[in-house]
Amino acid sequence: MNLLEFARGPVIHWALIILVAGTIWRLLGVLILTRGADLSRPRDAFGNFKGYRTVFSRAWPSGEFTVATRYQTIMAYFFHFATLIVVIGITPHIEFITSLTGYSWPALPNAVGVAVGTIALVSLIALIGRRLSMPKIYCSNIGDYVTWVLVATPLITGLLAFAHLGARYETMLAIHILSVAALFVWFPFSKLMHSFWFIFSRAQSGLSYAHKGVRI
Amino acid sequence: MAHNSTLGELLRSQGVSRRAFLKFCTTTASVMALPATLVPVMADALEQVRRPSVIWLSFQECTGCTEALTRSHAPTLENLIFNFISLDYHHALQAASGRAAEAAREEAMRENAGKYLLLVDGSIPTVKAYSTIAGISNLDMLMDSAPNAAAIIAVGTCAAYGGLPMAAPNPTSAVSVSDLIKDKPIINIPGCPPIPLAMTGVLAHYLTLGTLPALDALGRPLAFYGDTIHDRCYRRPFYDRGLFAKTFDDEGARKGWCLYKLGCKGPVAYNACANVKWNQGVSFPIQSGHGCIGCCEPGFWDNGGIYESIARGQFGTGPQMGVAGMVGAGVGAGAALLARSKKERAAAAHRAAE
Repeated sequence: MNLLEFARGPVIHWALIILVAGTIWRLLGVLILTRGADLSRPRDAFGNFKGYRTVFSRAWPSGEFTVATRYQTIMAYFFHFATLIVVIGITPHIEFITSLTGYSWPALPNAVGVAVGTIALVSLIALIGRRLSMPKIYCSNIGDYVTWVLVATPLITGLLAFAHLGARYETMLAIHILSVAALFVWFPFSKLMHSFWFIFSRAQSGLSYAHKGVRI
Repeated sequence: MAHNSTLGELLRSQGVSRRAFLKFCTTTASVMALPATLVPVMADALEQVRRPSVIWLSFQECTGCTEALTRSHAPTLENLIFNFISLDYHHALQAASGRAAEAAREEAMRENAGKYLLLVDGSIPTVKAYSTIAGISNLDMLMDSAPNAAAIIAVGTCAAYGGLPMAAPNPTSAVSVSDLIKDKPIINIPGCPPIPLAMTGVLAHYLTLGTLPALDALGRPLAFYGDTIHDRCYRRPFYDRGLFAKTFDDEGARKGWCLYKLGCKGPVAYNACANVKWNQGVSFPIQSGHGCIGCCEPGFWDNGGIYESIARGQFGTGPQMGVAGMVGAGVGAGAALLARSKKERAAAAHRAAE
């Protein structure tokens, strides 16, 4: 069994299983916890709605913080959207998802995929640059750096494989698939779970503040 | 075997002009990526070479490799060369049969010990009874013939890497030539079947220079197996632009778009089909509208469906992911409930302490 067969076969098989099991574990493990009732009188009659609205209203820093946070917010949005477009918009990725779920949709032209992938990589590099240059703002631990490497490696190896740079194509493709598998395995047990948790943590803050009559 | 004429004499007797012979040498040298200065050397060497003894052992094979080699619409120089080498043993092509055939093989091996070329076709079952010739198992015949051979050429994917017989569940415990022979130079010329020019090019190289051509990590001559089909495919611009045929009869297929989504293994298949092509350069599978199946790669039969693209994984993950989800839910819910009960116990202990 060569490296590509190994990567496409047992490695991605187990990585997907760990991803699904780990994500549901971590999600339910937080959601089923109690939050402790706030026994005070609610100051706002429509508290729940305001809580759910917070999920969206926190999508952009509020007025007084906008200037100070504008750069990193824009960079982060570029990174997140570009990565999402690359993951669901490129033909081989759609083929992979089709083989898992049966759904398919039209793909982006390859040149657009390369351009968007490059934007994702550049913004990711800008973000790590900011993190490294401002240690007092970002109290980073090892997990943050490991996460960055595991997210950057699929982007880099994917671009290299498509451009037929670096190792031979089948080796580069195998490395790309292996790096994605590493990301899948790391995902549920790291800060990357924010991709699911952020909805609930924003809603939770919104609910508790709205109960107290604070609008955020 | 009676006549011992040189190749030059044989070609002249067949009416092949010197000009045609030189054209052949030039073409072969260029296909093998040999420098142009070697063309006169090759011409002289081929002219003088006497009939080398070649023994072709057919094991667990379908005879497709022989068919590819010998099928031609018109007599070609490649075929003449093939007729020139003293093919002392070949099941499909030899006139003798039975004991006479085996006697011819043994005599050729004795007379040309150390100098004959062994061409092996088909995989070798390690459970000996599955394939025998004249009562001799394939395994024994190979191990007897190999020590005195000058070199071994494994023709076709079966001989080179095990091929179809070795595909799961490998009922005959088949192996390739290089799994058994470790102390002889082996050239693998894979393909199902291999391109005829790859065979004759390697033979011409060996006859001219007395050495094996440059090989890659899988023992294949780089001249024919150095690039992937994808690198030379004429449909590559459509791949780059993301224009794919989705079925065999849709608009994309009619317009000749890339066949990646229909399972073409071109990006991971190393062969010369896309530039040398088949039937003297008429066409090759992709040009005829069917994706490459990667028939020159080891284990290609077990590498997923022929119509499943490379991007599709090889796993039966659907039900297993469902089970994984449930296991995760169980663990997560269990962890949360445990935390809740700990919290309640701590609260109860706090109340009791007050």
